[in-house]
Amino acid sequence: MSETTPAITVRDLHKGFDSNQVLRGVDLDVNKGRSLVVIGGSGTGKSVLLKCIIGLMKPDRGSIEVDGRNISRHSDSDRRYMTQLTGMLFQGSALFDSLKVWENVAFRLLNAERKPRKEAREKAIECLAQVGLAPEVGDLQPAALSGGMQKRVSLARAIASDPHILFFDEPTTGLDPIMADVINNLIVDRVKALGATAVSITHDMASARKIADEIAMLYQGRIIWRGSPDEIENSGNPMVDQFVHGRAEGPIKMAVRKS
Amino acid sequence: MNIFALTGSLTIEGLRETGRMAQFAGRGAVAGVLGPFYWRAFFSSLMRIGFTSLPVVGLTAVFTGAALALNIYDGSLRFNAETFLPQILSVSIVRELGPVLAALMVAGRCASAMAAEIGTMRVTEQIDAMSTLSVDPFKYLIAPRIAATTIALPILVLIADIIGIYGGYLVAVYGLDFSGPVFIRNIAEFIENRDTVSGLIKAAAFGFLIAVMGCYYGYRSRGGAQGVGAATRTAVVAAAVAILASNYVMTSFMVEF
Repeated sequence: MSETTPAITVRDLHKGFDSNQVLRGVDLDVNKGRSLVVIGGSGTGKSVLLKCIIGLMKPDRGSIEVDGRNISRHSDSDRRYMTQLTGMLFQGSALFDSLKVWENVAFRLLNAERKPRKEAREKAIECLAQVGLAPEVGDLQPAALSGGMQKRVSLARAIASDPHILFFDEPTTGLDPIMADVINNLIVDRVKALGATAVSITHDMASARKIADEIAMLYQGRIIWRGSPDEIENSGNPMVDQFVHGRAEGPIKMAVRKS
Repeated sequence: MNIFALTGSLTIEGLRETGRMAQFAGRGAVAGVLGPFYWRAFFSSLMRIGFTSLPVVGLTAVFTGAALALNIYDGSLRFNAETFLPQILSVSIVRELGPVLAALMVAGRCASAMAAEIGTMRVTEQIDAMSTLSVDPFKYLIAPRIAATTIALPILVLIADIIGIYGGYLVAVYGLDFSGPVFIRNIAEFIENRDTVSGLIKAAAFGFLIAVMGCYYGYRSRGGAQGVGAATRTAVVAAAVAILASNYVMTSFMVEF
C-alpha cells in the first residue's frame, strides 16, 4: 500500500464520563509510515483519544478503522487485532516492577508469543541496545533505574515485537531537556527503522516539532487545527498560537475562566 | 432522601456490586480453565500465599488450640464431662476453627497484598500496558491468584488442624494431667473423614473468596494512593465478611447431609 493510505481513520468519535463529554466528534486520519503528534492542554482528552484508538476504552459513538478494519465495536477480537499490530509507550513508563528489566522488554515474547526464555532474553538485550542501554541493565529491577532510563526501557518494550503502529503518551513528561531530546531522537530513529506509523500526544512543543510529520491540536473535544511542524508557527488559529507560545492570555484561558 | 429511597438505593447498589463481583469471579475462573495458564505466576502466588503464610497460620492455630483446651476443660468440668476434651477440641478445630481462623489470617495477609499490588498496577497503568502487550490481565494476574489461593488454603488448614490439636494436646497433657496416648487415641477414634473433608471444602471455598475479593477491589482501584488504600481496606473487610457468612451457609448444608 502507498504511504497515503490511512493506517488509522477516526470518524465522529465521542467519549464522555458521566456529565463530562471529553471527545465531541474527533475526525482524524493518520497515513501509513507517518508520525502524527496530537497537542492540547491538560484535560482536553488526548489520552482518552489514544486509549480509544488502542482499544483500552470503548468509545460512546463514532468509528475507528485501523488498516481498514473497523475496531470500534471493542470486541475481544478487535482488541487482539490491535495489540498484535501496535506498541505503546506510557506516560509513567508502566514497567512491571515485579519483573527484571529484560523480562519487561520481553514480556510479550514470553507471555503472548510463548518464546523460550533464552531467545526472548536475547531479543530483549538487542532491543535495549537499540535504545542505548547496556546488557547489564537487563538484570536490574525497574525501580533501580532513573526516569529517563525507564522511558527507554518502555520504548524498548514497545518496539520488541516490531509493531506496525506505535503510540506515545507524553513521552518526555518529567524528563530534563537533554534526556527529553535523547528520547525524541530515539523515537524518530526507531519509528523510521521500523517503518511504523506513529501517534503521539504531548504538551511539549520541542518534542512535537522533533518527532512529528504532522501536528494536530485537540481542543474542547475536537481537532481544531492540523498541519506540518513548519506551519504551526503561522497557523492563523489563535488557540494554536496561544498554546504553541505558551501564553497565559488568550482564548483558551478565557474559556477556562468562563467554565 | 427519605429512608425508603435510601434503603432502596443501597439495596440496588449492593446487588449491582454483588453481580459485578460474581461476573469478575466467573471471568477469573474461566480464564484459568481456558488458558493459556501462567504456571510461573501460579507457583509464585502459591509460594507467597501458601508457604509464607505458614508461620502466622501455625501460631494462630497453636494458641487457639491451647486456649480452646482450657476453655473446654473448664466448661465441661461443670457437668463432669472433662474426659471428652480431646473429642470436642478436635471436632471444633477440624470443622470450624481451623478453616475459619486460617482463612481470616490469610485474608488479612493476602487479600490486602493482592488488592494493593493489583491496585498499584491499575493506577500506574501497568494493567493497561499488559493489555497492549497481548496478554490478558485476567489470565496473567487474576486466574493464577485464584487458583493458588484455592489450592493453598486447604493445605494450610490441614496443617493448622494438626498444629491446633497439638496446641490443645500440650495444654491437656502438660497442664491438665491428661494421658498423651489416650488423648490421641480418643481423637483418632472420634474424628470421622467427613469432619476433615468438610473443613477442607470450606477452606477451598474461603481461598476462592479471599482471592476474588483481593483481586476484585485491586482491579477496580481508581485515583492513586488513596484509591489503592481504600481498595486494600475494603478487600480485607469484604473477604472477612464473605468468609464468615459463607461459613454459616456451608455449615448449615454440611450438618444436614
